[in-house]
Amino acid sequence: MSATSEPGRMNSEEADVTNEPLVEAPADTVAGEVVLRLTDVVKTFPGVRALDGVQLEVRAGEVHCLLGQNGAGKSTLIKVLAGVHRPDSGEVVWRGEPAAFANPQAAMRAGIATIYQELDLVEDLSVAENAFLGHEPRRLGFVRRGHMARRTRQILARLGHPEIPPGRLVRHLPAAGKQIVSMARALSHEARLIIMDEPSAVLAHDEVGNLFRIIRELTAQGIAVIYISHRLEEIREIGDRVTVLKDGRTTAANLPARETPTRDLVSRMTGRTIEYVFPDRPADDPAGAELLRVEGLTRHGEFADVSLDVRAGEIVGIAGLVGSGRSELLETIYGARRAEAGTVRMGGRALRPGSVGAAVKAGMGMAPEERKSQALLLGEPIYRNVTLATFGRYARLGFTDAGRERAAADRIAAALELRPRDVRRPVRTLSGGNQQKVVVGRWLLGDTRLLLLDEPTRGVDVGARAELYQVIRELAARGVGVLLVSSEVPEVLGLADRVLVMREGRVVREAPAGELDENTVLDLVMAGSLMEGAPA
Amino acid sequence: MSDTTPTAAPERAAGLPAQSPPVDPAETAKADARPGLSWWSGDRGEGAKRNLGLLATLVVLVVIGILTRPDLYGDASWVWGNTLTILKLASVVGVVTVGMTFVIIGGGIDLSVGAIVAIAGVWSTTLATQSYGAGGMIFSALTVGLAVGVINGLLISYGRLVPFIATLAMMVAARGLAAEISDKQTQVSNESFINGIATTKLLGIPLLVYILAAVVAAGWVLLNRTTFGRRTVAVGGNPEAARLAGIDVRRHTVLLYALSGLCCGIAAIMLTAQATSAQAAMANLYELDAIAAAIIGGTLLSGGRGTIIGSLLGVIIFSTITNLFAINGLSTEAQNMVKGGIIVVAVLVQQVQFRSLTQFLARNRATTT
Repeated sequence: MSATSEPGRMNSEEADVTNEPLVEAPADTVAGEVVLRLTDVVKTFPGVRALDGVQLEVRAGEVHCLLGQNGAGKSTLIKVLAGVHRPDSGEVVWRGEPAAFANPQAAMRAGIATIYQELDLVEDLSVAENAFLGHEPRRLGFVRRGHMARRTRQILARLGHPEIPPGRLVRHLPAAGKQIVSMARALSHEARLIIMDEPSAVLAHDEVGNLFRIIRELTAQGIAVIYISHRLEEIREIGDRVTVLKDGRTTAANLPARETPTRDLVSRMTGRTIEYVFPDRPADDPAGAELLRVEGLTRHGEFADVSLDVRAGEIVGIAGLVGSGRSELLETIYGARRAEAGTVRMGGRALRPGSVGAAVKAGMGMAPEERKSQALLLGEPIYRNVTLATFGRYARLGFTDAGRERAAADRIAAALELRPRDVRRPVRTLSGGNQQKVVVGRWLLGDTRLLLLDEPTRGVDVGARAELYQVIRELAARGVGVLLVSSEVPEVLGLADRVLVMREGRVVREAPAGELDENTVLDLVMAGSLMEGAPA
Repeated sequence: MSDTTPTAAPERAAGLPAQSPPVDPAETAKADARPGLSWWSGDRGEGAKRNLGLLATLVVLVVIGILTRPDLYGDASWVWGNTLTILKLASVVGVVTVGMTFVIIGGGIDLSVGAIVAIAGVWSTTLATQSYGAGGMIFSALTVGLAVGVINGLLISYGRLVPFIATLAMMVAARGLAAEISDKQTQVSNESFINGIATTKLLGIPLLVYILAAVVAAGWVLLNRTTFGRRTVAVGGNPEAARLAGIDVRRHTVLLYALSGLCCGIAAIMLTAQATSAQAAMANLYELDAIAAAIIGGTLLSGGRGTIIGSLLGVIIFSTITNLFAINGLSTEAQNMVKGGIIVVAVLVQQVQFRSLTQFLARNRATTT
């Protein structure tokens, strides 16, 4: 990208943290030696830079929390540590020696155990068989079942759950019990570091307390724990130190988990790492006639009683964290999910619920949250992705007209400054930002009157970001309504005319963007349960 | 790419996209412009290359034939006749394979094709149907095939059954119904027009081969030049993306299985004509032949990619092998072993190609972003 050359201009003070000595936590909070140190770890996949300079330092006997939005690179980082991925560059030092785990087994043998969110247990094997899966105690090729059961019982006792029978099928255990089995597996490997990926997500409230008790016992034995969670209050309770990731980079390292103000954590997680350039808002009120009206929209467990409207030429932003129901709301408005209650009207006419076709016909278009899995045919040429929603319009009697499609896609590519410009290339070869342009560009063809954008700039580099902002603003100037969801508060404030703040499935505030500032929105986004016990 | 951390620098230096001035897009387009689209591959260079590999395989098979039976291959009129024999052998399975290719590209599988051929064949040769003449027989074969395909599609898209299960159930059920209707008897076709389909020749080429050619041509146009084909690739390549782009994925799924059923109806008429009869056990294991041919032809079993020409070449390769064994007087058992081996080799070769392709893309990513 053309605008990405000078490092000095790119990085604000926050991003620079990565290049400075790590912020040391007070010496009394953790006692152990450093068991794991990551320096400048980079991992790229075709089209995306998943890890872009990660620093991490974990000590024996501490609970080190990893904080970051979806797509910040947490999962990739875990997989690097677990031996699933190998970093492209950077250094991983494990217990004093440079380490490169060739496969998950090697990481296991070295003493790093990972408990994934979707527990990787074999449902139809017993607790003991799962705990010792792949390294069963054997004699002459026969599994020593009695020995295995005995050792499993010891481990379960160590975890504070002697009541779980080693012979029980895992299928018959509740979610919390399965998690114990996963931990038993980690201990069966004599793990020195246990990585837990959102372990509380599958647990009820009282079970989380039990999980924390186990974690404390493990750390008391000198085992290090990397704990990943979106829930700040958990991090306050169980964590010793926090490392924050954003866009594949460490934006803050080794913050004290209990003392760091919530606002600091959230702004490092969601805030800007560079100064984005937002296009100017038009001087006069641009908004025209009402385009979209949503009333009382509800989906149980996702969002409740949401009402909003978007006028022609207006950009409405929805700010909220992961789990606030914002993406689900957008998909429901679009008909990709069926509303349980409430109505969606376009230009006064109610849309058939649960029908994307009806929404598209009424002039809606959406750029979904997960570009690759929800929006693109990666192996297909750019032009076919651009015309995915409109190829029927270029067809005559059902026969497609590739020439006209390519010409149309060429126009879009030129307007959006797509690079490379050749629309016959497969989309797979594009960078994240250019892939996003393809998805947005798809709705510039045809007569889209309302564009729903879900995290339009996630994983998009700086130059392309500015261009996307420009495109969105120009669309609005042409009278298209835009409903924008972003977890980056500055993005919502900088781009939208009007802002809705969502928390736990409800709209808690609606105001013109000019009347809100970043701190106000952050407070609203984080308010309630997340703020309890947190020094703000 | 976004930032310029020290670690990122070496890669960037290698690819040097960021620092260099923006490339003139017109230049890039010129440099990347590919030679004209070849007619036999749709417009994918990748597919064309794979089809060349299949042609090469076919040549190797012919060379083996020449080496093992030089006496026969010395006779030009025998060679021509043998070629027609191979094509005739390929015709019925070929028609089924065209439908199967659509289903697989669309992200599904149809295990019931052999059974659909049987039920359509049996239905069209009952005494009651035959009383309506050749037109009635053809109509009923096509309608029965289409109807069974629609049922498959409805079960899969609206009943949310896994394609494997739904069509497995249909495979068993349709054969059962065919046995019931025919009372386990072989039903002889007395309609000379139908029987003539297998014996008629135009310009020295059997009518069956023309039918195959017509179905292949129609399938090629449908896949590469129509909105139906475009939807098929989208639905198979990324159903969620297709749905969010406003494509009615479920309706299209029904249409795909209906198309497969229709192809089976056509195949039923061809097969009935060849045997001048129909019975519940006809077209046995055609599903395996059709799936194998499509896979050899480069159709991705997970959907989203495949060519009609590739599938056709897959079928012809299979019938050439059968022919090769026949002219050398070898057993069918040995033949099946070789076919199994070819399937494995074909898929292995594809995987290697795919892997090297992704590696190539990964390596060149820096220059393209």
